[in-house]
Amino acid sequence: MTTSAIPEGVKRCSGSQFILWLLPAFLVLLMAAYAMFRVWGFGLNQTNMNDAYGFALWIWADLAVIALGGGAFFSGFLAYIIGVKQVKNIINFAVVLGLVCYSMALLLLGLDVGQPLRGWYIFWHANIHSMLTEVAFCLTIYLGVLIVEFIPVILENPKIQRIRFFHHLSHNMHEIMAVFAATGVFLSFFHQGSLGGVPGVLYGRPFAFREGIFIWPWTFFLFTWSAAAVGPLFTATMCRLTEIITGKRLVKDEVYQLLAKISGWMLLTYIIAKTMDTIYWAAVTAPSAGFSLMSFYTNNPLYGIWMLVAEIAICGFLPALILITRKGRENRKLLFAAAILAIIGLCINRWAMVLQTLAAPLKPFDEWFMYSPAWTEVITTIMPVAVGIIVISLAYRYLPMFPQEKELNP
Amino acid sequence: MQNVPSHTKARHFGMVIDVDKCTGCASCMVACYSENNVSFRDEESAKMLSLNWITVYKLTNGKPFPDTEVCYLPQPCMQCDGKEFGKPPCVSVCPAVATDFDWPTGIVSQIYTRCFGCRYCMAACPYHARQFNWWDPVWPADMEKYLSPNVSARTRGVVEKCTFCYHRFQLARQKAYHEGRSEDIKEEEYQTACTQACPSGAITFGDLDNPEHEVYKLKQDRYAFRLLERLNTNPSVYYISKRKWVHRMADNYLEGEVPRAFAEKEA
Repeated sequence: MTTSAIPEGVKRCSGSQFILWLLPAFLVLLMAAYAMFRVWGFGLNQTNMNDAYGFALWIWADLAVIALGGGAFFSGFLAYIIGVKQVKNIINFAVVLGLVCYSMALLLLGLDVGQPLRGWYIFWHANIHSMLTEVAFCLTIYLGVLIVEFIPVILENPKIQRIRFFHHLSHNMHEIMAVFAATGVFLSFFHQGSLGGVPGVLYGRPFAFREGIFIWPWTFFLFTWSAAAVGPLFTATMCRLTEIITGKRLVKDEVYQLLAKISGWMLLTYIIAKTMDTIYWAAVTAPSAGFSLMSFYTNNPLYGIWMLVAEIAICGFLPALILITRKGRENRKLLFAAAILAIIGLCINRWAMVLQTLAAPLKPFDEWFMYSPAWTEVITTIMPVAVGIIVISLAYRYLPMFPQEKELNP
Repeated sequence: MQNVPSHTKARHFGMVIDVDKCTGCASCMVACYSENNVSFRDEESAKMLSLNWITVYKLTNGKPFPDTEVCYLPQPCMQCDGKEFGKPPCVSVCPAVATDFDWPTGIVSQIYTRCFGCRYCMAACPYHARQFNWWDPVWPADMEKYLSPNVSARTRGVVEKCTFCYHRFQLARQKAYHEGRSEDIKEEEYQTACTQACPSGAITFGDLDNPEHEVYKLKQDRYAFRLLERLNTNPSVYYISKRKWVHRMADNYLEGEVPRAFAEKEA
């Protein structure tokens, strides 16, 4: 008797339908592969970056994708360390999503450096004072942790389970998973913070620079807190999107509501801290360098005060207030509208901290530096979405990702 | 990021540029290109893609004729001492120690073979003094024969910047050593290419901490200022101008604030 590769008791579409569904994602991947060939082959002159924009779309994508992929670490923290059982129903999905986000972030970083073959210098000649060194170390190790966390999920494929060794390996790995989850949480708290430190330590850039505690600027803590708050919301939103696409219920509403409640309170505390940070920066830090708040939000075609209003009020306080109320959480549409707003808010924050920092003129005789990305940058930034579609589709089809699926779809 | 070596004499090289003397001829830029093997392309109109270790900016007071005034401001790497001495904004951020603060000279180095092109240092530098090699360097036919053997050419994908012609310091130190003068380098023995090329004598170079050097006196001029001084980068490049609007162009001031050199006068 042959065993089907599809997990027992669940229904999946036909093979041809599945391939047809993946086709557009593979086309994007093909175009991205060509863009990568151009960039690695001919250099970064294939992008629209320049000396004013040493950091651009890719670094923004890195920061955003890593923060959103932070759902993996925070869900792991809730499931394995705090022991919130409900979260275990979505943890496999969170790990796959995290794996996609982190691996893509590393790939984009590999594209972004001028001398990719020297990329290992960051480990070999590491400058321990650099926030980027901390990011590189934590990111790489955490990617390893995510792979270890993902292996037992792969081993649960029915065909692989038939092999006795893998069956026992997967069982034993599950037993010790809390150790890896704890390692992942520790590393992720650090590198989310280090990513915040990347702009926060730039004392020559008064838009980004923040004071802080010891070596850590306030952005260190704000980035960690925002990733922990919004990451699980991203996991929940992507899970809901999977439900809509597959036409099946995969996770019970109470799981979403629990994540939304935790995220809502974290988002609220984060956005209060962010508001206080912004007020102090506008009233003390920036004026000490001769800048008023509005000097960073006027005289240019894009960066207006709307950025701050959108990030803090519309995509910060508003979703937080929706998510901390029972009525807001129990209304599924409202819950996911709030989650999407929070995700947009996080992306605006990362955009501002990277691109607005570089756009703002510092010398009084400079003008705003504006930038629009080249196609090579855009397609490779979309690539994580395509890879996400492919990996999640494969995982959904062949692995028991959602423990509640059978129960919800009898 | 190391302490001062006890066996080496510590100096603090810096520059004072009298912008009231600068005519904007750009001889300094040409000399720098030639001295430091700075590459160029056929098409150089996109200034944010060009390589130039010293840039001459044209500033105006913004007033209509006949009150229009122009000032030319040459800007090399500021060789910042940093908020904490020895920690310029670009040095501590480099993840691979490809740029370092040289304690015996106060010069910020750039190690091209160590740089892997992450460009974090460029993001950290408020002066845009650091530039990236977006292309491989290509010189016109036969011009490669005229490249300086003392300065390594850079490859695509690394960051480069002004080094205060550090190779000239090395040559001067070597010469002094061979002549039995240990490290006693005379002021005229180590001068940057841009300083020597300036026809109007606007650029002065030397040890900022040595009372015998011209720059020591000039930096104390009442009208001396530094670019974006309020960011606490502590540049080693000073400027002199008696014109208030030029001082205003060199830093950011809130409403009601007056540049330091003119504050007492107005009070």
